[in-house]
Amino acid sequence: MSQTISLKSRLSPRRTLIDGAFRFFLYLSIFISLGMIFWIVSSLWNEAGWLLSWDLLTKYPSYDIDNAGFQSPLVGSLWVVGIATLVALPTGLLTALYLEEFAGKGNKFSRLIELNIQNLAGVPAVVFGLIGLAFIVRGFVKWGFTVGSAAAVIAMLMLPVIIIVSREAIRAVPPSYREGALALGATPWQAVWRLVLPSAIPGTATGSILAVSRAIGESAPLLLLGALSFVTFNPTGLDSPFTIMPLTIFKYASDSREEFQILASAGSLILMAVLFILNLIAIILRDIATRKRNV
Amino acid sequence: MLLATTMSVVVTVGIVASLFPTAVRTMITIGTQIIGISWAPLFEPPEYGILPLFTGTIFIVAIAMLVAVPVGLAAAIFLSDYATFNLRRVVKPILEILAGIPTVVLGLFGLYVVNPLYVEKYWPIGEPLAYSALGAGFVTGILIVPIIASVADDALSAVPRAMREAAYALGATRREVASKVVFNAGLSGVVAALILAFARAFGETTIALMVAGSFPKFTANPGDPMMSLSAFIGFAGIGDAEVGSNAYNTIFLIGAILFLITLIFNIVGNRIIAKYREAYE
Repeated sequence: MSQTISLKSRLSPRRTLIDGAFRFFLYLSIFISLGMIFWIVSSLWNEAGWLLSWDLLTKYPSYDIDNAGFQSPLVGSLWVVGIATLVALPTGLLTALYLEEFAGKGNKFSRLIELNIQNLAGVPAVVFGLIGLAFIVRGFVKWGFTVGSAAAVIAMLMLPVIIIVSREAIRAVPPSYREGALALGATPWQAVWRLVLPSAIPGTATGSILAVSRAIGESAPLLLLGALSFVTFNPTGLDSPFTIMPLTIFKYASDSREEFQILASAGSLILMAVLFILNLIAIILRDIATRKRNV
Repeated sequence: MLLATTMSVVVTVGIVASLFPTAVRTMITIGTQIIGISWAPLFEPPEYGILPLFTGTIFIVAIAMLVAVPVGLAAAIFLSDYATFNLRRVVKPILEILAGIPTVVLGLFGLYVVNPLYVEKYWPIGEPLAYSALGAGFVTGILIVPIIASVADDALSAVPRAMREAAYALGATRREVASKVVFNAGLSGVVAALILAFARAFGETTIALMVAGSFPKFTANPGDPMMSLSAFIGFAGIGDAEVGSNAYNTIFLIGAILFLITLIFNIVGNRIIAKYREAYE
């Protein structure tokens, strides 16, 4: 038997054809999904690319296109999401630490909390606006349509997301770290505080940045909190009226005149640029995190 | 720490406590009028037939799923079984960027591009206007493609290597391994991905409001404007709805309905995910 056996596939033409068609369909789908981003960004760019200038960041919203800009909504978004993050991040991180490190597995209380967090993450964003309207704007808190109310609503929206990503980051820390520390006589709290938490930081940071960028783009809940108005001054504190980027865009978009279409598109480009930078930071951080783990 | 942990429960209790008292009270006043085909609670005399909101929601979600399911699943199969390690490292973050596009930007895209350039021009039935459920559904589909892709990819990637290798050893081609072995093994996770995406599309407010318009038309033509449940909340809540007014009462009623329906879908979806995690870990 000196005949060489070919290792090349000897599939029937039909199978080869179906396989090829399937592969083509997969590549096409990926191409379509990635092409969507390009399609969206390029249509915005065609509409409003020429309008972009630093002036847009210093001028205030206006119905006069030559004098319109996005300063107060940008600063407003910063205030709202900044304060929300200051509240939601520590709360979420502590919850995640508790659930992963201290709560007994299968404990009824922690199971209840877990289930609750999962479902909270799936509640439509606009519903968070309703609780804000009922309890924070009016009700017993009575903050009115202010930065404080909006930040509270956005914090509630961010909380479950931050808990979920932080838990995943904490879970990814090898148990040997903990065991090593405990074997050397560290208390559980020292092991968590000095070892587990620092090693979970890159993962948590990645997830939290994604949560923040989602919060910046969120529009529906704040629609109910009076953010849909032209506010031509920057917020000065928790009790200031405010507007945010997504809703200023929404406001411009609800006017069908051409110049507002351009302004809305220009605002979208600015918003997308901010989110793109945040995403990039998240991706780089995650790369660092995975590389560390693989060493 | 415990205090922080209970915060999430407080939020849930807050949601339930804010929605249901008003919702139940409103429901009692409306009574059986709710089964009707005209929804105009803000007019005089008010009409409370909720069916147009349901058909609007169903049309938008169905179109979104029609767009997103094939593309999203194909992307998931591609990522789990076809892409090389490096390609995966490039494609996943780009999908994340797609997932991160704000809904208001997608809405703008639907309003300025999809509706005027495609729906108005090419939709054959009726007289297309600036708003359409078709455009809103399509754009919502773009929104949920990355959700389906990433959750389903997680499920398919969790299928043990040994199963793939066994199939290859029996002479299966890559497509046969991916579509018959891996896909079936990860099916429950794939179903969960679809359910979660469905829930997301169902609760989406801004896109529906911007692209499908704010007129609750009871119609079967997807080229028409329609209003979804969530869009109504956004629409009626914009004006400073006074406590006790019809606008105020009905947005809480619709909010409660929205909350309950998404809750059911999320519970089912998450339970399925928990099951396949157990199976392979």
